[in-house]
Amino acid sequence: MIELFKQKKSLQFILLLVIFYLLNHFIVPAESNILWRLPPLLKWFPLYINDSIGYLMFEWWPVEVYDPDIEEFEQKPLVSQFTRIISGFILFQIEFIREIMLGGAKTIVTFSSWDWATANPWARMPGLPWTVIAGGATILGYALAGRGLALLVGFSMTYISVFGQWEPAMQTLSFVLVAAPVSVFIGLILGIWAFRSKTVEAVLNPLLNMAQIIPHFSYLIPVMVFFGIGDHAGAIATVIFATPPMVRLTLLGLKKLGPEVAESGMMSGCTNWQLLTNVLVPTARRDILIGVNQVIMQCLAMVVLASLIGAKGLGIDLLIALNRLDIGKATEIGICIVLIAIVLDRMSLAWANKQTDYFSSLSFIEKHKYSLVFAALFMIALGLAYVGQFIFPEGFNYLYIVPHNKGMSIAIYLQSGVDWIWDTYFFALKVFNEWLILSVLLPVKAAYLGMPVIATFTLFMGIGFIVGGLRVALTVGALLLFIALTQWWDRALITAYLMSVSVLVSGIIGITVGTLCAQNARSTRFILTYCDTFQTFPSFIYLIPVMMLFGITDTAVVIAIIVYASIPALRYTVEGLLSVPETLQDAGTMSGVNRVQRWLTIELPMSFPHIALGLNQTVVFALSMVIIGAMIGTDDLGQLILGSLSDRNGVGNGLILGICVACIGLAIDQILRTWANQRKQALGLN
Amino acid sequence: MKFRNTLIAAGASAILLSATGVAKAADSTKPIVIPIHNWSSQVVMAHVIGGIFESMGNNVEYVPADSQAVYESIRNGDVTISHEVWQSSFGGSFYNAMAKGGLIDAGTHSAATLEEMGVPTWVIDQNLCPGLPNWEALKDCKDVFTTVDSDGKGRWLEGPQSWHGTLMEERIAALGLGDDYMVKYAGGASSLWAELAAAKKEGRATIIFNWTPNFTDAEGFTFIEFPEYTAGCRVADGGEGSCGSPKGWLKKAASYKFPKSHPAAYTAYSKISFSTGQIGSMAALVDTDGLDHKDAAAKWLADNEATWTAWTK
Repeated sequence: MIELFKQKKSLQFILLLVIFYLLNHFIVPAESNILWRLPPLLKWFPLYINDSIGYLMFEWWPVEVYDPDIEEFEQKPLVSQFTRIISGFILFQIEFIREIMLGGAKTIVTFSSWDWATANPWARMPGLPWTVIAGGATILGYALAGRGLALLVGFSMTYISVFGQWEPAMQTLSFVLVAAPVSVFIGLILGIWAFRSKTVEAVLNPLLNMAQIIPHFSYLIPVMVFFGIGDHAGAIATVIFATPPMVRLTLLGLKKLGPEVAESGMMSGCTNWQLLTNVLVPTARRDILIGVNQVIMQCLAMVVLASLIGAKGLGIDLLIALNRLDIGKATEIGICIVLIAIVLDRMSLAWANKQTDYFSSLSFIEKHKYSLVFAALFMIALGLAYVGQFIFPEGFNYLYIVPHNKGMSIAIYLQSGVDWIWDTYFFALKVFNEWLILSVLLPVKAAYLGMPVIATFTLFMGIGFIVGGLRVALTVGALLLFIALTQWWDRALITAYLMSVSVLVSGIIGITVGTLCAQNARSTRFILTYCDTFQTFPSFIYLIPVMMLFGITDTAVVIAIIVYASIPALRYTVEGLLSVPETLQDAGTMSGVNRVQRWLTIELPMSFPHIALGLNQTVVFALSMVIIGAMIGTDDLGQLILGSLSDRNGVGNGLILGICVACIGLAIDQILRTWANQRKQALGLN
Repeated sequence: MKFRNTLIAAGASAILLSATGVAKAADSTKPIVIPIHNWSSQVVMAHVIGGIFESMGNNVEYVPADSQAVYESIRNGDVTISHEVWQSSFGGSFYNAMAKGGLIDAGTHSAATLEEMGVPTWVIDQNLCPGLPNWEALKDCKDVFTTVDSDGKGRWLEGPQSWHGTLMEERIAALGLGDDYMVKYAGGASSLWAELAAAKKEGRATIIFNWTPNFTDAEGFTFIEFPEYTAGCRVADGGEGSCGSPKGWLKKAASYKFPKSHPAAYTAYSKISFSTGQIGSMAALVDTDGLDHKDAAAKWLADNEATWTAWTK
């Protein structure tokens, strides 16, 4: 009997559920009952963190700095002086790229001074006409991948220009062009390092999760104090958010390689460095490129939030449009963001896939034909821009730049589309909404809030124990304990409720739709483009129609989370199914499995590492939407994080609240990852 | 490079100063940093004030920022001003930054503002809750204001907690409406507008937090008349909490560096005072006439030259 119990995990789970139910039933809900809620012993902690960070930001190790503007010496803390140097360096790069495209004074000021630049108004970087950039990008697209990419790039750039979003779009692009390569580079380095050392991997994993989960509002004020407000602060926050998937996918790609790859490299006499750069990384290219795709998507997904800490460009315009409920305009801007994301992604992909042709001998003209075409285009476009000054009557030179918001607009059509949806579906949706709230969401919420703390711990630590033994159980317990000892346990339960409902739906959607779409090449391409689109299409835009249709309710929050959180579940399912070797499929077919059997016995198990990573990311994405949910209106941790912005002790509160959100994610990650690793071992995938 | 140059420049100007013996320096050429938030009047006013500074020969830079977090940046000198400090939404952040040091109060606009719970005017026109806008009418019509998730109570849709904490919950309790009404916190201003638009389409009554002057004035919005505000009547100030909002102020904040680095611009800034009508006309240029924010500012500056040139002298 006991032996059987030890063998059968399902029996262990049943026992756990019974205990959980009994605890739920018999514990008396009373504030004084320690089994019901733990006392907030850590209540002092946010205040302590607040004071420590305040000390670090404003007092620790003061140095005398002369401020020429106010002609006084000021006491400045050393740390912030150091971080400001980093800021200046990043800002210079962003401004430099921006001024190549749009013109301006900042680059020249860096090498002279504001006094000099003000006295010499001619000393400005001239911006390039939009035709040069659009044409140049199109030629680059053609050179990289032929006509299809050229068309996509040409169309996208023209759309951005014609719709009068050129200036903000280039501002956004300039900061993405700095943030994305930095993220890819850091991600690659960290991924390789984690591949070489188990310790690094173990340390890195929770940090990556935290970087992705902790809402940016938690550290908005420290970032603004340390780095100053501006594009650089936006870029730094973006890098923090965009690097983790790159690290993960680099690691995943390298780990999947068989030993024979490395051995063949060693046999050809590679040094360590050559082995890495010429053998391992190129072979793991498929996953690393998904990483690059993810970096670009995450960078563009951050455009709106980055505008809260000073990043210029499309983000703030979008927020202004939304605050006037101008969904049409906001959608136009959102499309610009998506187009930039897709163009960057496809171009970087084409560039990485391009093989150098070592053997052909080409003449000078053949070798440089694209540069020559660009040079010709450059001259023609410059000429046109010059002529353009004289032909347009209103004083705008459309051949140089279409001024902001003076291009075409389809905003009213988009707006009437939204109105149509409202008029057509509102009452049907209202019935659904009421049902969902009354029969599903409110009961689930009540159940979560009605859980005694001892029951929650038993359940999660029990699952941890069954899945991964004592170590996992203790880790999970420690993470939960941290939340339970703050005064925000109830708020965390609400966050957990919103997250688990959304993750459940997202996971089901992701795996089923992902599987269906992976069946043929066209639907695969479609679903991946859908993923790219909705990962970068700012969630704020559909928040408004969702709020109008479903009210300021949890339904709206859950829908907003699902739209975003089902993306990794979809993407990783598709990628996982595609990575199943064809030989295995053939072997299956020869042994006579039918389609469903093949899916169940070959494809799903083989793609399990990918799908598990996808589910893991679904949890991460769902938790990272907590703050967006708070912007609709919730009463969970997110709302308190928003509230901490105006709070006197806000910095400490915000950070600890953010860490509470992260702890939920880390606990789930711990369980999911252990389970995935076991499955992998069982299948011989490691 | 930059640092060395500024040092040289500082040294040069020091020599110049000692040579000529002029005590007061002119405005620095470094840009005055003006924040951009997400509502029309604020953005247009940013460009209007920027235009005024530019007319005085200053360099100006605009930077998008979160409207709560910006006060910390002002205090540190990264952002120079904040020209629309609404009492109830940003008062908390404003006074926190002032208490920590580095932020100064650069005066108050003449605009009379009110930030209060209210209903769209058509709710009163259709007499959905007889007796409104007097608050006592609420006692008898909670049913009009219930929503699916409000547990049978009428719902007040309040702004996010970062605006005034639990003020409205305290008010509901103090007015004896606790059994009939509950407070739901919206995530931000756009949630309030979405609710306003949805309620109108549906023909459903709703109570939301709102303020004036605002673009919603054009559609018609009526504030509920609560017992009058008296000093100290709020729970936070030791009172019972059974009072409405005070007539609000709209302040201007500046960084401590501003008067020192740009004395002339600061003097002008401290004189700037917009009235309700002027703020409304700035917002209307964008919201009603469909101008771009920068064009609206340029037009406003051109139309009201007499008003603002007086401030620069």
